[in-house]
Amino acid sequence: MQLLLTRRRILLAASGIGLASFVPAAGATEEAMAGAIRDLTGEAPLAPGKVKLELPSIVENGNTVPLTVSVESPMTEADHVESIHIFNQKNPQPYIAAFHLGPRAGKASVATRIRLADSQKVIAIARLADGSFWSDSADVIVTLAACTEQ
Amino acid sequence: MRTLLAAGLALAAATAAAAEIALDARRSGYDFASPEIRAMQDDESANPGMLWVLQGESLWARKADAAAKSCQDCHGDAAVSMKGVAARYPAFDPVLARPLDLEQRVNRCRSEHQGAEPLAWESEDLLALTAFVARQSRGVPITVTASPTLRPFLDLGKELFHQREGQLNLSCSQCHDDNWGKRLAGSVIPQGHPTGYPIYRLEWQSLGSLQRRLRNCMTAVRAEPFDYGAPQAVALELYLMERAGGMPMDAPAVRP
Amino acid sequence: MARVLINFPPRPKRGEIIEIKTLIQHQMETGYRLDNKGAVIPRDIISRFTCTYNGEEVFRAELFPAMSANPFIAFSTVATESGELVFSWIDDNGQIQSEIRQITVE
Repeated sequence: MQLLLTRRRILLAASGIGLASFVPAAGATEEAMAGAIRDLTGEAPLAPGKVKLELPSIVENGNTVPLTVSVESPMTEADHVESIHIFNQKNPQPYIAAFHLGPRAGKASVATRIRLADSQKVIAIARLADGSFWSDSADVIVTLAACTEQ
Repeated sequence: MRTLLAAGLALAAATAAAAEIALDARRSGYDFASPEIRAMQDDESANPGMLWVLQGESLWARKADAAAKSCQDCHGDAAVSMKGVAARYPAFDPVLARPLDLEQRVNRCRSEHQGAEPLAWESEDLLALTAFVARQSRGVPITVTASPTLRPFLDLGKELFHQREGQLNLSCSQCHDDNWGKRLAGSVIPQGHPTGYPIYRLEWQSLGSLQRRLRNCMTAVRAEPFDYGAPQAVALELYLMERAGGMPMDAPAVRP
Repeated sequence: MARVLINFPPRPKRGEIIEIKTLIQHQMETGYRLDNKGAVIPRDIISRFTCTYNGEEVFRAELFPAMSANPFIAFSTVATESGELVFSWIDDNGQIQSEIRQITVE
């Protein structure tokens, strides 16, 4: 017997039987992300560079996506990373997390695990002590797990 | 008619036996998982399943309810007494004259030796205790083998594994014996070995038992899942362990 | 009290940059899921995490529903002196769970 199970068929079969379904907001997250980034950086220029955002390019489950973000910086009193902000494009909210560092960090590197509702772009922005902003982005493809409770 | 039926069953059995995975070709879900998931599992300070193991460790030493005994009072240091135990479960209970899985064994100990109420399936405490016990078998090869007493239960488990079920009319064997390594809706189909249970399943965002996972499979083919603790569920677990014979345990595993 | 796993080298050298790994058991309910009657399951997440080193904050995180359940956060700090590291997780309702760990700097 040929396995004719496609993602579409499984999704159709799953609809209406779910114990808990996901309710996405009305699709304006890309705009919300741009707004959130503007709130952070204000009029200051935002340049790609210095930041390295590491995410797997494809994940088997969007519930727990490992993320590592690091910034090239000597982390001295004069020259260090103050904060790193993570944004996303398609979740209901643009914010994921904000990490506040400082010279006592030794190195600017944080690892965590995030939720991604769909395949999308993730952006990391670092604010340095001199008030400058630097960024990196990564695209993640999110696949659905097979054989779930729904 | 009976001859035809017998011939049909013999053919089915022969086909089923031929479809089973040879020992040197057996690969655990770990081998099918992405590098990120493997890294999450390997790092004990970052494996979410370890949160339950930690909880199990403290429950192990705690006196259960009214009785004066904790698990530790009878079993001592779990690292010694529980080493290899999860690798040979489900095991036959001579008093009940049937196999019990680890969850049922824990509850049997509670009721028979600790004067305590059984813990509910998928409750935090039961998951914690089974995770803690299973953790002690890390690296130990699975050794559930056929014996005359286990034979009828193994046969039932094997039959269930090969039986088509649900609206999608699929058997476990069709995916996990015949099509492992191929993709189902973007996910790689594993061989379906229980080496890592209880697992931290990313889909659940929590630790869960083998029975919970089997219920997910059955729901996926639109079959009515077995009740927790049903004889068919335990028979299937027993067969899965025998089918995974020789593979090292890696609980608590992380799986998508 | 939620289960917590905290890991860092217990006896680092003075000036060494150490990595601290933290993991806490928490469902991180997003506030976007519906129950089987169609009602929204209310948001309930850890929204702040801080680490102080002998009283001084060395790391802070603001967390949103896009953080995974059982949040894992790994960060670095310089091992300056022996003393206490205090880790605090604060949820939406202001409930705080704190864990104290000793650090011995050689």
